[in-house]
Amino acid sequence: MTTASTDTATGTTGEGGDILAVAREQVLERGEGLSEAQVLEVLRLPAERLTEALALAHEVRMRWCGPDVEVEGIVSLKTGGCPEDCHFCSQSGLFDSPVRAAWLDKDRLVEAAKQTAKTGATEFCIVAAVRGPDEKLMEQIRVGVAAIRAEVDINVACSLGMLTQDQVDRLAAMGVHRYNHNLETARSHFPEVVTTHTWEERWETLQMVRAAGMEVCCGGIVGMGESLEQRAEFAVQLASLDPDEVPMNFLIPNPGTPFAHLDVPQGPDALMTIAAFRLAMPKTVLRFAGGRELTLGDLGAEQGMLGGINAIIVGNYLTNLGRPAEQDLEMLETLKMPIKALNDTL
Amino acid sequence: MFCSFCGGETATGDHERCRARLSLIDPPRYCAECARRMVVQVDPMGWTARCSRHGERTSAEAAQR
Repeated sequence: MTTASTDTATGTTGEGGDILAVAREQVLERGEGLSEAQVLEVLRLPAERLTEALALAHEVRMRWCGPDVEVEGIVSLKTGGCPEDCHFCSQSGLFDSPVRAAWLDKDRLVEAAKQTAKTGATEFCIVAAVRGPDEKLMEQIRVGVAAIRAEVDINVACSLGMLTQDQVDRLAAMGVHRYNHNLETARSHFPEVVTTHTWEERWETLQMVRAAGMEVCCGGIVGMGESLEQRAEFAVQLASLDPDEVPMNFLIPNPGTPFAHLDVPQGPDALMTIAAFRLAMPKTVLRFAGGRELTLGDLGAEQGMLGGINAIIVGNYLTNLGRPAEQDLEMLETLKMPIKALNDTL
Repeated sequence: MFCSFCGGETATGDHERCRARLSLIDPPRYCAECARRMVVQVDPMGWTARCSRHGERTSAEAAQR
């Protein structure tokens, strides 16, 4: 919980003055992310200060990350039938979801990587809806990663759930560049979102991934019933992990899931969260991921790109569709934001 | 005919929200002819949806309509 009292009409704190003025000096000038209490102050800023918060977050991004935008494509290798009960996910086999189980074969996997590379993307993430990979999946990953690396000029990332040390070592040996495993939400809120495994189990996988030399990709979903305090808690928990990349998703209330009844997050709320996360993590890759189409629309996507975001997933997601890749690439051109080159990612 | 988003009959009920979802972020999940749940594969640039009775549809075909 916050310790500083904030005048919600202005954003002026009882301790250090105006939070955006504090952030300008602390984050923009010194590169030090905001504390939990400070992130909460940003999240509580009145709507009329959103533009100012986004502008500062954009300055921070440009100062500490530069103008380049990292483009990524993702694909679902194994869809549906997951034994876990992540309440936001239409791929859980425990819910009455319309999503049926499906496997992608190697040829289509490689073709998806080629299509992604054609957009200028430098990252291609292979995702499977599992608690953790079994031997069959590990073998498919080995074959698929080798085929992509042989035929496509792109970094390969994986997202396969929780790993053992042996699996971490094998993925690193395959040449997997980055591993995604989202903490999804604040530690204090996690039991309301997932009951079949713990936040700490996810954290352990991330530590092994880091130790093995793979880049760490870890983010979550905004709008799963968390309080602003929990959103601030999540931002600093992510910051303490020091991830290479943080994907920011916005809840898509999918039919059949326990969160189907929740509202789509509101655009201004989502944008203030983007600004706050950038101010908590000035140097990380902060990526637009799923749900932005519903929550932000076209205009909001541009505002996010000018409010701290410096990476995007182009094309479709795992079970939902995204904007056409061309539309996002045109947006980047309009905003005069160059796509990060592959030789800048290694 | 059936709604590809919720599987309900299109002649009954309000499917405005379903149409909005289908136009924005969702591939078809139910066969429009029989309402069976389809096996859907989404990839970065498209999707395929296969009904065990009525065969496969693709995003490329849908875009041509």
